[in-house]
Amino acid sequence: MKKTLATIWLDGCSGCHMSFLDIDERLLALAEKAALVYSPLVDLKDFPDHVDITLVEGAVSSEDDLKKIRHIRQHTGTLISLGDCAVTGNVPSLRNAVGAESVLRRAYLEPDLIHPQLPSDGVPGLLPVVRPVHSVVKVDVYLPGCPPSADTIFNALTALLDGESAHELRTRFGA
Amino acid sequence: MSRVLTLKINGEEMTGRERETILEVAQEHNIPIPRLCQLDGLSTVGACRLCLVEVAGAPKLLPACTTYVTEGMEINTNSERLQNYRRMIIEMLFTEGNHICSVCVSNGHCELQSLAMKIGIDHIHLPYLYPKRGVDASHERFAFDANRCVLCTRCVRVCDEIEGAHTWDVSGRGIESRVITDLNQPWGEAESCTSCGKCVQACPTGALFIKGSAVGEMTKRSEFLSLIAQRREDNRR
Repeated sequence: MKKTLATIWLDGCSGCHMSFLDIDERLLALAEKAALVYSPLVDLKDFPDHVDITLVEGAVSSEDDLKKIRHIRQHTGTLISLGDCAVTGNVPSLRNAVGAESVLRRAYLEPDLIHPQLPSDGVPGLLPVVRPVHSVVKVDVYLPGCPPSADTIFNALTALLDGESAHELRTRFGA
Repeated sequence: MSRVLTLKINGEEMTGRERETILEVAQEHNIPIPRLCQLDGLSTVGACRLCLVEVAGAPKLLPACTTYVTEGMEINTNSERLQNYRRMIIEMLFTEGNHICSVCVSNGHCELQSLAMKIGIDHIHLPYLYPKRGVDASHERFAFDANRCVLCTRCVRVCDEIEGAHTWDVSGRGIESRVITDLNQPWGEAESCTSCGKCVQACPTGALFIKGSAVGEMTKRSEFLSLIAQRREDNRR
């Protein structure tokens, strides 16, 4: 029975997903071991009941991020923080020193707009503080890097799918 | 000529000389001890606490950079306790500033970043503080980003001891501490500054940098500092 794999994109730039795709032809080797069941790359709307490994890109910045990551944690075996936004908060967390409100004001009220207004309809509210994933839910494996290299992601996934631990990875913050 | 002493580091017998620090002897024998505030050519202050080692018989941990070797000394540089403390110190440095490696001028050339990697830190357990700190870009050629400052005081010492200008100093106490120029004036208005740039070269992170550097472009070199210090010492004799 193949293992199942999912990826999720919270507050990040999708660069970690690009790096995931940079695994290139070795994606075929991964596909032998695991089925990608949920991802921005897969046309499925609801997170499955159980996924063996989920890669999380992005920090937890909005109410929607928070809801998603809590749900995913409950339905995931091994949760991986993929990249600096998930691991440290990274660029999204730059706003923490000034606060969510001043960022919104700067973007939507202060510029010379025809109808200055704060977006509220159909968009999730921003959390007061952007947080790394592990400060919200339990994380099992950390892959720092901006983005982590394709080799790092491939080696970690291969090790985990083969039932080994994914430690001793040569990657760092800001890689 | 100073007396030769015998001592043990991590169970291995070796020799050092009188008036040599544990760090110097370890360096001569290729035993790595992490450090952030120590820089060859500058005085030592034992501030960052990363080089703390265990010395048999000593009731507390001692900084390797300020502790002289003695005859028969037995030193442990890498116990599990020390590794834990070092990890904790690095983590606290990351949480008490705003270190966003991916958009830093020193990405890939930062001593804090590479120490974290060497020690095997892949995430920070402690909660981040997200302090509100500013950037001083008033100097014509250089800039200071307080968000990335680890308060190692290398800039303070290099400016005072090598350049002789003493433009930099520390103001405040504890978590409020920060480095300032002259009497807490913008760097560009600090009259004592000679714009020599030694502080920039000595800074271990991206806190001090040359204006116009993009992400990862700010490489630093400080080897010349110990050369200057040595030549001055020779001249004095």
